[in-house]
Amino acid sequence: MTTKPNTAAMAVSAQRRRLPRFLTPTLMVGGGIVVLITLFGLIAPFFVADPNAVDNMGMQPPSAQHWLGTTQTGQDVLAQLAWATRGSLTVGIIVAVMALFLSAFFGILGGYLGGWLDEAFSLFTNVVLILPGLPLMIVIGSYVEQRGLILIAVVLAITSWAAAARVLRSQTLSIRGRDYVQASKIAGERPWRIIAVEILPNLLPVMSSSFVFALVSAILGEAGLSFIGLGVVGTHTWGSMLFYAQNGQALTLGGWWWFVPPGAMIAALGGGLSLINFSIDGIINPRLRTAPAAARTARHAQKEAAAA
Amino acid sequence: MHIARKLGFYLVALWAAVTLNFFIPRALPGSPVDAVLAKLALRGPVDPGTRHAIEVMLGADDQGSIIEQYFQYLGNLLRGDLGTTVTYFPAPVTEVIGQALPWTLVLVGLSTCVTFLLGVGLGTVAGWRRGTWLDSLIPATTILQSVPYFWLALLFVYAFAVNLRLFPISGGYDVTLVRPALDYPFLSNAVYYAFLPALTIVLSSLGGWLLGMRNMMVSTLSEDYILTAEAKGLSPRRIMLTYAARNAVLPSVSGFAISLGFVVSGSIVVESVFSYPGIGYTMLQAVNNNDYALMQGLFLIITVAVLGANLVVDLLYGVIDPRTRARG
Repeated sequence: MTTKPNTAAMAVSAQRRRLPRFLTPTLMVGGGIVVLITLFGLIAPFFVADPNAVDNMGMQPPSAQHWLGTTQTGQDVLAQLAWATRGSLTVGIIVAVMALFLSAFFGILGGYLGGWLDEAFSLFTNVVLILPGLPLMIVIGSYVEQRGLILIAVVLAITSWAAAARVLRSQTLSIRGRDYVQASKIAGERPWRIIAVEILPNLLPVMSSSFVFALVSAILGEAGLSFIGLGVVGTHTWGSMLFYAQNGQALTLGGWWWFVPPGAMIAALGGGLSLINFSIDGIINPRLRTAPAAARTARHAQKEAAAA
Repeated sequence: MHIARKLGFYLVALWAAVTLNFFIPRALPGSPVDAVLAKLALRGPVDPGTRHAIEVMLGADDQGSIIEQYFQYLGNLLRGDLGTTVTYFPAPVTEVIGQALPWTLVLVGLSTCVTFLLGVGLGTVAGWRRGTWLDSLIPATTILQSVPYFWLALLFVYAFAVNLRLFPISGGYDVTLVRPALDYPFLSNAVYYAFLPALTIVLSSLGGWLLGMRNMMVSTLSEDYILTAEAKGLSPRRIMLTYAARNAVLPSVSGFAISLGFVVSGSIVVESVFSYPGIGYTMLQAVNNNDYALMQGLFLIITVAVLGANLVVDLLYGVIDPRTRARG
């Protein structure tokens, strides 16, 4: 495990951490991709044709009329992509918010209160963590015929909060023992106020990192579930597009314009979010940011010494 | 003590999985009997007696209390009775699983080992050479990680199987050429068919290992004992492998649980793309045919496999890292 950086180093990095320091190229690129995709999902559905409109121009490659071609039944792929972006993002955000609440509840509360409650909570967390998620989702999803958005979101959230809860718990444990928390305890602060005012702000970087991670895994999980045919009934998502593409023989008929865009969108969004997470990681663990630079300086110095 | 605690945890996890498996069908709307009846009704009118026959077949006819049913279910599990499949009627679930299991075990097992070794190895190098051009490769691997497994599989099928015709489109072996047996023609054919699925799994799970290992290497390399080792004049190779990598690999090993669940989930979808005759493909067959007994049996087997693999890794971890034994 990593050793805790000493307080002097943390003070230095806190001073350096002004706004421009935040805006690393990684964060800008990642944020840019995510904003573009979100805008596409928000705005594009208003301007595209009906994604369900069937036409006899099936399996047409991209053209001026259909920018991303058509499906086997002549539906416009771009229109489907626009609605699918909105659908996938909606599911992702709902799941990530729910997972954040669940992980905060089990992680922070257990970590702070300790005792048998912590034992029970962390046992529960570890059991949920180790149970394979997708098979469980498949079993639940196949029992329910009317799979609404909320049901799928709940199923995804139930299977994706545990990893974050474990991280939050260990962070809470380390913060709980610090002097200022002890001081406010002795000052007679109520537990919920200590959690909300003293502990929560320190957990924000970790929580935002796990929120981003939950968003990625929710979108991937939903895509996997829809791809199997167990997604939300009657809603376009990236996964359901891929499901129909595979069932519509897009692969063997050479319809790359049908199955490439949805997957590329998932990959781009996932990549953008990972880049954001990357910069958050650099903030949480300053060594990741400073060590490469330090190593570079040392290498330059050696080279210069050798040249001289 | 440490081992007893670990075993206790895995027993609780197993019990949770078994209990979930029992209660999910009973807590959710929709019953297996109705599903089978609805399917039969598509083909023509259903005789009222059929309902009872199906209930008996699926074991849904017992009217005992839910506690009695639970213990009966546990008893059946202990006897290895998982019920009868609808898809491959009248084969018992255990037989169907027995046929599918080796395919997935070999495919997922081998590709996970390859990914682990490759990811940890590359991560060690990337962490050691921090601050060089290798750093710019790191974001690329995370993007690879966020590519959905099954989409990568679709791309591979499209590129290498449909267009270039280098690899077969689907299946586990060529049914017209060879028969399952432990001989060279079958094994080489099976490897040929497994190549694309395995490549998919390796590529899409490599990023996680690589990144985790690289970050731990970067953190470990700024420890004081690394500086001491350098000051002692040890060879860089020895510092990299024996001093830094050995310590940095520990979180990767203990993170095996999460990644294995990820790989297993991914392989289910990959198998469906390649129609690979393993657990995942069988599970999809079960889903499409409303074959609840088979589905639950598969869920149980997958869970037991994941738990078992993690137990082994956990016990090994005690050997690798003596500190955990001392603490426990």
